[in-house]
Amino acid sequence: MDLIKIAENQFNIKNEFPAFKAGDTITVHYKIIEGNKERVQQYRGVVLQRHGSGMSETFTVRKMSGNIGVERIFPVNSPFINKIEVNKHGQVRRARIFYFRGLTGKKARIQERRMKYPESYDTEEKGQET
Amino acid sequence: MPGLIGKKIGMTSVFDEGVNTPCTVLEAGPCVVTQIRTLEKEGYESVQIAFDEKKEKHTSKAMAGHFKKANTTPKRKVVELRGFIHKWKVGDQITVDYFENDIWLDVTAVSKGKGFQGVVKRHGFGGVGDNTHGQHNRQRAPGSLGGSSWPSRVFKGLRMAGRMGGKKVKVLNLKLVKIIPENNLLLLKGSVPGAKGSYVIIESPDRI
Repeated sequence: MDLIKIAENQFNIKNEFPAFKAGDTITVHYKIIEGNKERVQQYRGVVLQRHGSGMSETFTVRKMSGNIGVERIFPVNSPFINKIEVNKHGQVRRARIFYFRGLTGKKARIQERRMKYPESYDTEEKGQET
Repeated sequence: MPGLIGKKIGMTSVFDEGVNTPCTVLEAGPCVVTQIRTLEKEGYESVQIAFDEKKEKHTSKAMAGHFKKANTTPKRKVVELRGFIHKWKVGDQITVDYFENDIWLDVTAVSKGKGFQGVVKRHGFGGVGDNTHGQHNRQRAPGSLGGSSWPSRVFKGLRMAGRMGGKKVKVLNLKLVKIIPENNLLLLKGSVPGAKGSYVIIESPDRI
């Protein structure tokens, strides 16, 4: 496994993002190349899951586009992601909230998580340990 | 074809020139030249190379003597390859740098054994495709094996169920993504036959 990590580290610069997990609402700012023009587009939705580990980790974001649900999978270490904003920390009980796909209307709401230290999950976890 | 012995480490994906590329990581070499076969002595020309350390106590006396001649430690895997342009000498080390100028590489390995498999998995037969209309339990059966009174036999080579995998497979033209000489690593685009940790032979077909 270590040799795979060595190989991966030759390529990708690890992206630095605020911590987020399933149930959170985030905005992904990602670059689109059209011809030779580059522009940044935003994609806002609920994180369904974080999948995999290491350099090949991905996350799935679901949003409602009109009446149609749209899901996009982003590699965490994609060079095309400019920035990720966490808009809302959601309170969910599982790491993968696929049941969320089946919910509509008032059911499709996620309770906001009450954060001890609202900046990030890291500080919250530290606070629990001590 | 000239090349190296290596070991399959596993797969990952990397962003190579902005494209997410599936890659196999191989540990290639360093290999030690243990014997040079010549036209005069053996009747053909080739280079015998060895890879992967093993302990002295796991080595037979005959092989121990062979490695001693090349002035090297005992190795697990010994392979003969033809077509080297460079005149190697016994005891020389060949490292991953050997592939420096290559773009495409071929990889030979023993594929994963699948055991006894039916025709659908082994030969890509379609199966029946319907669970009703009198199929009972014949959904993945091969169907008819041929005629009756003529030819009164089953033709040779007819595709049937049997052992699948565990055979030597060569994959051609895998794109070389990166060489990492410090760790003897090689990144090839795409997949390579065999399980993780199994031996592979990496050849460079471009150089004749």
